[in-house]
Amino acid sequence: MMETYLGLLNLLDSTLRLAIPLLCACLAGLYSERSGVVDIGLEGKMLAAAFAAAAGAIAFNSAMMGLLLGVIVSVLLALVHGYACITQRGNQIVTGIAINMLAAGLTALLGNAWYREGGRTPQLDGAARFGDLTLPFAEAARNIPVIGTFYAEVISGHPLPVYLALLAVPLTFFLLYRTRWGLRLRAVGENPAAVDTAGVSVARLRYSAVIVCGILCGLGGTYIAAAQAAIFLPNMTAGKGFMALAALIFAKWRPVAALGACLLFGLLEAMAIRLEGVPLPVIGQVPVQAIQALPYLLTVILLAGFVGRAIPPKASGIPYVKER
Amino acid sequence: MSAPLAPLPRWADLALIPLINVTLAFLVSGLVVLAIGESPLEATAIMLRGALGFGEGIGFTLYYTTNFIFAGLAVAVAFHAGLFNIGGEGQAMIGGVGAAMAALLLGTMPSIVALPAAILASALFGAAWGAIPGWLQARRGSHVVITTIMFNFIASALLVYLLVDVFRPPGLMEPSSRVFDAGAKLPFMAQAAAWFGLRMPKSPLNLSFIVALVACLFVWLLIYRSRLGYAFRVVGANPVAARYAGISPERMTIYAMAISGALAGMMAINEILGVQHRLIVGFTSGYGFVGIAVALMGRAHPGGIILAALLFGVLYQGGTELAFDKPTITRDMIVVIQGLVILFAGALEFMFRPALSRLLSRNVAESA
Repeated sequence: MMETYLGLLNLLDSTLRLAIPLLCACLAGLYSERSGVVDIGLEGKMLAAAFAAAAGAIAFNSAMMGLLLGVIVSVLLALVHGYACITQRGNQIVTGIAINMLAAGLTALLGNAWYREGGRTPQLDGAARFGDLTLPFAEAARNIPVIGTFYAEVISGHPLPVYLALLAVPLTFFLLYRTRWGLRLRAVGENPAAVDTAGVSVARLRYSAVIVCGILCGLGGTYIAAAQAAIFLPNMTAGKGFMALAALIFAKWRPVAALGACLLFGLLEAMAIRLEGVPLPVIGQVPVQAIQALPYLLTVILLAGFVGRAIPPKASGIPYVKER
Repeated sequence: MSAPLAPLPRWADLALIPLINVTLAFLVSGLVVLAIGESPLEATAIMLRGALGFGEGIGFTLYYTTNFIFAGLAVAVAFHAGLFNIGGEGQAMIGGVGAAMAALLLGTMPSIVALPAAILASALFGAAWGAIPGWLQARRGSHVVITTIMFNFIASALLVYLLVDVFRPPGLMEPSSRVFDAGAKLPFMAQAAAWFGLRMPKSPLNLSFIVALVACLFVWLLIYRSRLGYAFRVVGANPVAARYAGISPERMTIYAMAISGALAGMMAINEILGVQHRLIVGFTSGYGFVGIAVALMGRAHPGGIILAALLFGVLYQGGTELAFDKPTITRDMIVVIQGLVILFAGALEFMFRPALSRLLSRNVAESA
């Protein structure tokens, strides 16, 4: 009994770890899309941030400097996205693709030129890597059955970016639903002309959303390189930015639901790793690829409205033209 | 605030603006090369020599070009109908599954039967994988961009599953199908030239290059000379007007995505039937995304697509040679250039329009 419970806790622990990059990118996309800017460049921003974080952490031998550089690079890319989509009214999808390609190419190219190891950085260790934090009372709580072990095994013992990402959920909820900025942000994604008529700058609101998006992608990328893997590898985000987009649709563009969707996708990923070659009762052996494809499949089904309809913000994807 | 701008002359719109944008993309690429401590001019020279300087190099360049023509045409057909198909990768993978199934089943038959069947299968499978997102947008309202992204991932999982658990012959370690029988191998261009007594250097270039050129002609006829293509363009320009004209935007969405998917699926002709002669994992290697850059640069016109595909063919082959000569400039440089081309020729397409418009109208005023 105790064995299975510890096994379950172990599964939940890796679920949380796998869900964090998704959560960062998902919340990032939430701000952007709620303001009316579709962002399929989440993947590229996370990848660029991962590289900048690893390079920064190595150069300054400080994980916090890695985080700072990761966020700066990600925000710069977000500003490119903003300039092309908001100021130049370019196609948001095209810009997103361009950012993904730029990030994939530049990180591998610079990584190879700087470290000469085929695009990877040296291993991050010591102060360059985010260490696991033990939350207060974790050791004492370990002796309390069920809840205490859950606290000690799953909640405690993660690096700083995990807690920052988790804190971003209630913060996003508060910003979006309890502040004036949040109200305007939601409005500008639905009906920018109304916001403009009320005398609020559409461009400024959208830029602010895009910058927040950049900060969160920076956090996610930093977590991947400077905490989870402790190294940068070319293309190490491996589609997480796109899966976050799927989670965003799954969560119907809501912050708390986003946490749920990311945890669900994280759980699927954690299970796919554990279920490789293990036959399940009743259904028999499930191909790993089926579990890997499940988040995407579920998103397609949900988006098509076969099970509960997901409706994106009305003005997302459309550049705002004042003169109209 | 912004005064209405004078419309640009047609030549400026069609040639000058794309030229400025692409030049800018290459200038920034040059800065990237400078930043990693190499000479952009020397790099360009090595690339051009590697891609066009000798027979085998030209063969490789045209082999890459073949992929990019198919991928570019796929994106272009969807563009004309106002759709953005970024699922070329997935459609090519499923097209490859179709081609491989036909090739494995019919490989012992003569080529005259096996090859057309395999080509048709690649187009049909790709068309199906493109038509589903089209149908989902037309009938269920889910956006084709998101669905095609998801379909890329689903296709890649499906391909791995099929190769590991279904196609892989017993005893083989790597996920791959068995090698096709002779009937299903598309002849290399060097072989085909030998039939006519011509000598060509050996390269992966195969007869699918001819198929790609035929596909260009087909797309030109479809878009500019057929009723269906006209309907696509009307829907792309104004779906409401299309409905008043008796054209169903929903149906056109499905048709355009099916044709787009078929063209993307046909990329497998080159890779699977022409070069690999077996189905493998990852044979699309991102070529589907290059199609977006090609279509943007070629202004979604088959003629422009051939030129843009050739340019990217030169970049790919030249980039491989460059990575060989200058180990610091890896093939990732090509991905950077692609990204910059998409950024400047696609996303920032209109950046220079106001300035150019002012400049040209002033010239006209002065000369008048």
